[in-house]
Order: sequence, then structure tokens, then C-alpha cells
Amino acid sequence: MELYELGIKAAREGLAKGEFSSIDLTQAIIDRYHAKNAEIGAYLTFDEEQALELARANPKAVPIAVKDLINVTGQPCTCASKILKGYVSPYDATVIKNMKSHGFISAGRVNMDEFAMGSSTENSGLGVTRNPYDLTRVPGGSSGGSAAAVGGNLCIAALGTDTGGSIRQPASFCNCVGIKPSYGRVSRYGVTAFASSLDQVGPMTKSVEDAAILLGALAGHDEMDGTTPKDPVPDYAAAIKGASMKGVRLGVAKEYFEVEGMDPEVKRITEEALSKCEKAGAELVEVSLPHTEYAMAVYYIIAPAEASANLARFDGVRYGHRSAEAKDVFSLYTKSRAEGFGPEVKRRIIMGTYVLSSGYYDAYYGRAQKVRTLITRDFAEAFGKCDALLSPCAPTPAFRFKELQDPLTMYLNDLFTIPSALAGVCASSVPAGFTRDTKMPVGVQFICGAFEEAKLLSVSKAFEDLRGSLV
Amino acid sequence: MKIDVGYVAELARLELTDEEKSVFQPQLENIVKYVEKISEVDVEGVEPMMHGRTLVNAFREDEVRPSLAAETALANAPARVGDEFLLPKIVEGAES
Repeated sequence: MELYELGIKAAREGLAKGEFSSIDLTQAIIDRYHAKNAEIGAYLTFDEEQALELARANPKAVPIAVKDLINVTGQPCTCASKILKGYVSPYDATVIKNMKSHGFISAGRVNMDEFAMGSSTENSGLGVTRNPYDLTRVPGGSSGGSAAAVGGNLCIAALGTDTGGSIRQPASFCNCVGIKPSYGRVSRYGVTAFASSLDQVGPMTKSVEDAAILLGALAGHDEMDGTTPKDPVPDYAAAIKGASMKGVRLGVAKEYFEVEGMDPEVKRITEEALSKCEKAGAELVEVSLPHTEYAMAVYYIIAPAEASANLARFDGVRYGHRSAEAKDVFSLYTKSRAEGFGPEVKRRIIMGTYVLSSGYYDAYYGRAQKVRTLITRDFAEAFGKCDALLSPCAPTPAFRFKELQDPLTMYLNDLFTIPSALAGVCASSVPAGFTRDTKMPVGVQFICGAFEEAKLLSVSKAFEDLRGSLV
Repeated sequence: MKIDVGYVAELARLELTDEEKSVFQPQLENIVKYVEKISEVDVEGVEPMMHGRTLVNAFREDEVRPSLAAETALANAPARVGDEFLLPKIVEGAES
């Protein structure tokens, strides 16, 4: 087995036994990057010198690929946007500090949809990322670079972010494990904001156990992020020991199965996952999430509204692109932003500004926040009857480049991941199988209540064990 | 629903080309039409959810702490003069 094929657990074992050092591991990733990145395009940039320097200073540390919207001192942080080309981070995000103190170093910056807006990474303003399982298909998004790096063995593990499904959908497309933590579980300080009431950082890994280890390093209270409570972080790696489906009440929501446009192979793989769990002793419980059909609409009001406010900071004044055509301060704003942002970001800024504008606020944003309450109540009620929900992660396997041209059609890809994001609960994507015809990976989603990551990881691990090897 | 895309973009401080306007117009109208689905939901007496979880104020002692040094904060500036960001004149008639 090559070093770049290792996951976190195996890498740590090898480091502990002295079989190799962090420098060997980092060098193996760098060599792999040189061999494969031209084809896959997972990374936007890779500062080899800094990665090796970090490895020399931390000889037992495991290198982690970082989505290009998380600040690491001295590294670019472009959010895959032309508006931030050339930007160099002046400080470390809290998740980066937390990783350091738990034996991880950052190595390489991975591609994404511009400002995390998209479901295919086709909205990156700086590069193309291809699905390592079929180069004619997208890796998903917005954490498409992270997923392609993990799925294509261009890293040991990666950090992604999830606002409406941006960790889980690409994890499903690229055969990796992805965890969207509960809102507030992981600090967002130093992570470029898209939609502040939804954004979370999470691990994207080669196994559930790796995800448990990395999430344990990322999670916890941060005085720089007021949404992170002081609740202690459970030992997630210990929580998954002896994980079993026996006696687990697994919720099945009909709203996640009776869906138009769901790929029959996705349906088959999800139903097979359910029956495997049942055979292993899980009790399948029928539940209902009646407001599911409104979740997409709520999300595409709330997320653009928050984005339009968050992205106001990119104005050509303090950092980022400044238009050479600007004649006064007004045109400095309008032209710098026009030249710097790509089409999807512009669409969402306009959409967000529209729903917040005078006369429309109550009908759109105000109402969406109320429907969000109802969606959250649906989950609370469902979790009164079951321990975890099992559903498809995305309605289709990875699609081809330019296959989804219309923005609204692309948005519908996040159908199964958006409701849980709105409710602030935690969810995972776990590889479940491959389509028979196209041989593309498909993940299933588990959802648990807020701050129940230990349970989520345990159920995910039990499923991973049942599923067995996919190769 | 007819959206004045040019006007909304101006509110957002975003200059659009005529081509962008004609592409975005039907796309945005389509999205707005879709999200109007939420008008069907009975929200009588429902509290709005303002954030991802119930928030409590996160207070800390009001003490002075070091922040980014001016040089660090200015390192990414597109234009600067001394310790300040350089901008075109903002107030009419003022000395720039």
C-alpha cells in the first residue's frame, strides 16, 4: 500500500511505530499531487515548502487538505474567486489551530464552487475539478476539491464546509465519508462566511473512524465564535468502538423516498442499505417530515439573503480585487465586484438583496424563517420516535459537466441535504455502493439530532461495517 | 413576479452588463417563482427561526487584547498610503 492511500488511523499507526515520518507522508502526498493533480484538479495551490516545513516541525502529524475558504497563515485563501486572487491569510482559522494541537498539519488548498455556492465545483472561478471515478463527471460541490482529493487518494483526509449539503453531496459523488456537524459544534472563526446561520466545517475522510478522529480535533467551544457552546466534546473515536445496528431505531421518512427525478440506482442502493440495517437488528420506523417540500424554497431565500450581506465585504477597499476602471468610490464598488465575482455568486447576491429589499422582506425572508421553525420541529418530532434517519444523500450519482445548465435544476440536487442543514442537526454521508451501469459511487445519509455526533458516527460506523468492502 | 434586475444589482453595488441582465432576468424570475411556494404554508403564530440554534449572548470581560498589527492588516490592501487604505474621494468638495 502506498503512503498516499492511507487514512488518518493507519497513518497515525505508522507514525507511532516509526515506520515513516510526517515528512515521508507529506512528501508522498506532494509526489501524488504532481502525478495526478493535472488530471483531477483537486488542488488549486500546494505550498510544498510550507507543508514540508510543518511536517519537519511536527514529525508525528498527519497532513490534511484544506478547502480554499479556510484561513491558514501565509497561505492563499481565494474561495475559488477571482476577487480574492493573490490574497494571503494573516491568521489561522480556529479549526486550523485545533488541528495543530491534535496532531494535524495543513497541506494544500483544494478547489470549490466560488464562495461555496454550487453543487458541482463548476462554479469555481479558478480551476476545474474532475471526479476521480470518471473524469467526464463532476465531483459534486461545493467541497468538490476536498471530495476529489479524498476519493482520488490525493490526500489523507480533507476539510470541507457544508451550508446546504456541500460536504455530503460531494462525499457521495466521490466515495468518501463526510460529516456535517450540528450548527455550533465547530467554530467558523477564520472561515469565509457564505450563510452564517448554516455554515459548518466538517471532515471528509476515507472511513467513519477517520471522520470521528478528525471531528474530535475540530469540535469545541471557541470564544471567537459565539455560536459554539461550552458543551464538552465527547471522545468520538471511543464512541464508535463496538458500534452495532442492534436495537437502533432507524427512521425512514417517506418524503425522502417518493421523489420525482430520483435515480433508480440511488433508490436501489438506499433500499438495500435499509434492508442490511434491518437484518442486522435495526428497527425501521416510519416517520414523516411534512414540511420537506418547502425546505428548498426556504433555503434559497435564507442562504442568498445572508450571502448578500456577508459578501458586501468584498468591495475593493481593504483586500481583494480593485477595478482599474474605478473613477469614484461608487464605481470602485460596482466595478470591482462586477469584475471579481462569477455568475452564480452574482445571481445569489441579487436574489438575496431582492428578498431583503423594502416591501419584500416579510413575504420572503420573514416568512422563510417561520417555515424554517416548522422544518426544525419536524425533525424534533421524528427524533422522538427514532435514533437516526436514513435517506439517500443526493438524488443522482455524479452527473456530467454542463449537464445541469439551469440554476434551479442544479439547486434541486441538494433536496435531501438542505432540510437537516436548516434544522441545525448533524448528518453524515457514508459510501453505500456503486451504480451497476456507470460504476459510480453512491452514498447514503444518516441524520441525528443536534449535538448527537457520537450517535451519528456510531450508526454510520455500524453501517460501514455491515456494508463491507466496496472494492 | 417581475424583478428589476438592474435596480436590485445597483442596491447590491454590482454593475451588470446588458447581456448579464438578460440572462439573469428569466433565471431569477424562475427562482423567485419557485420560492414563492412558501406562501402556501400556514405560519400563523409560528416564531421565526433567526439562527442555526437558540443563541445566548456570549459575553466576555471587556479587556484590551492585541489585534492584527497595522502592517499585517494592510498587507492585502489594493492601495495604501502610510498606515491607511487609499480610496478615491468620497465626500464631494473635500480635500482628497
